Amino acid sequence: MTLPKFEYFAPESLDEAKRLFLDKGEGAHFLAGGTDLLVKMNHGLLKPAAVIALKHIKGLEDITFDPRKGLKIGATALLANVAAHPDILEHYPAVAAAARETANVQIRNMGTLAGNLCNAAPSADNAPTLLAMNAEVVINGAKGERRLPLDQFFKGPGANALHAGEILRAILVPAPDSGSGISYQHISSRGKVDISAVCVGSMVRMEKDLCRGVRIFLGAVAPVPMRAVKTEATVLGQQLTGEVIKKAGIAAMEESQPITDVRSSADYRKKMVAVLTRRALTEARDRALKS
Amino acid sequence: MKHLVELRINGDMYSLAVDPWRTLNEVLRDDLNLTGTKLGCGSGDCGACTVLVDGRSVSSCLTLSLEVQGKDIQTVEGLAPSGDELHPIQEAFVEKGAIQCGFCTSGMEMSAAYILNQNSSPTQQEIKEGLSGHLCRCTGYIQIVDAVSEAAQKMKQSPRG
Repeated sequence: MTLPKFEYFAPESLDEAKRLFLDKGEGAHFLAGGTDLLVKMNHGLLKPAAVIALKHIKGLEDITFDPRKGLKIGATALLANVAAHPDILEHYPAVAAAARETANVQIRNMGTLAGNLCNAAPSADNAPTLLAMNAEVVINGAKGERRLPLDQFFKGPGANALHAGEILRAILVPAPDSGSGISYQHISSRGKVDISAVCVGSMVRMEKDLCRGVRIFLGAVAPVPMRAVKTEATVLGQQLTGEVIKKAGIAAMEESQPITDVRSSADYRKKMVAVLTRRALTEARDRALKS
Repeated sequence: MKHLVELRINGDMYSLAVDPWRTLNEVLRDDLNLTGTKLGCGSGDCGACTVLVDGRSVSSCLTLSLEVQGKDIQTVEGLAPSGDELHPIQEAFVEKGAIQCGFCTSGMEMSAAYILNQNSSPTQQEIKEGLSGHLCRCTGYIQIVDAVSEAAQKMKQSPRG
């Protein structure tokens, strides 16, 4: 189990990292936590000629929160640090929960939240809640910086919107609307440790007892995390009673498009979409009513 | 091209020239003969290669040795450095029958150390969550969870680093 050979660079600034990438051309690859990249290299799926490590760039790991501007999670912020951050626990409990339930302790001590998104697995644990919360990504490249809504970032299994040499510099999550609640729910074959067979993130905004805003995203049931638009339509403007939520679960099951693979059958995935959507809407509603 | 890397391992400083593609696991086992750290799956699923880097548990098979330049690394050999007496975690593993074939043991013990460094009185559930990144094919896990509880008791009675 020896890794393929490569050159290694540890730049101390973003500019130096981008310049190295340009110098090395095709075959250069950025490294954050390495928990996906090294596995792919071990399995012979990737053979970068140059690896450019990002963890030595100061400030890139920062997590900051402002009640008006919201939350900013830097490119090399560890999943463990996202999961334990006091502001995230207080204002974004579902973001903390998704980070805490990604993989296992050791992986969370190495892997980054941004890396989980860049890896662009349809099952990425951190995607559904961030999508439900209208998160954006800050992308830094040779031509400067651009912002992209996260729901335009995923392009297919393993494919994202980054152009060659671009770095996902930070994830921006708006401050939650008053009266809103968010939930993350997932299921996998090995407790909560394994890659999710199905995951669901939902945000609901309640006014009095009516649902006035909703975003529901389903993971691992389509080539990219998918927005459950038809399901959202069944709950918008409704009281979120058990009956309404049950129907929403069925709607989500019907609009999901899972495949059968090593982690689950398509049939089972569909059934779990119904269950997890129900749980996610119930928890999001309860949190919204308490907020 | 080899790079020079300095590592503090179990308190000792090492200066090594390593190829960039060599993992911390390879350097520990092959260059430094610290074979207590195992290599299992190579994909972060089994936990057999777990070591502490600056006090945090990581999979050494997914860590490039150059990425831990200047860091403080603790392996299972560092738990009981004298070689004469066992660390309370190791004593508890022996006493509770938490060791069978032994392949997962060093990784389990390093995660036990990580759990107990953060929380001197973990609940059964917290221990299970803390060990969730490990596979053991012999014991059925119950003895291992018991051993970590026992180690917590022992360490309260005679605290040591």
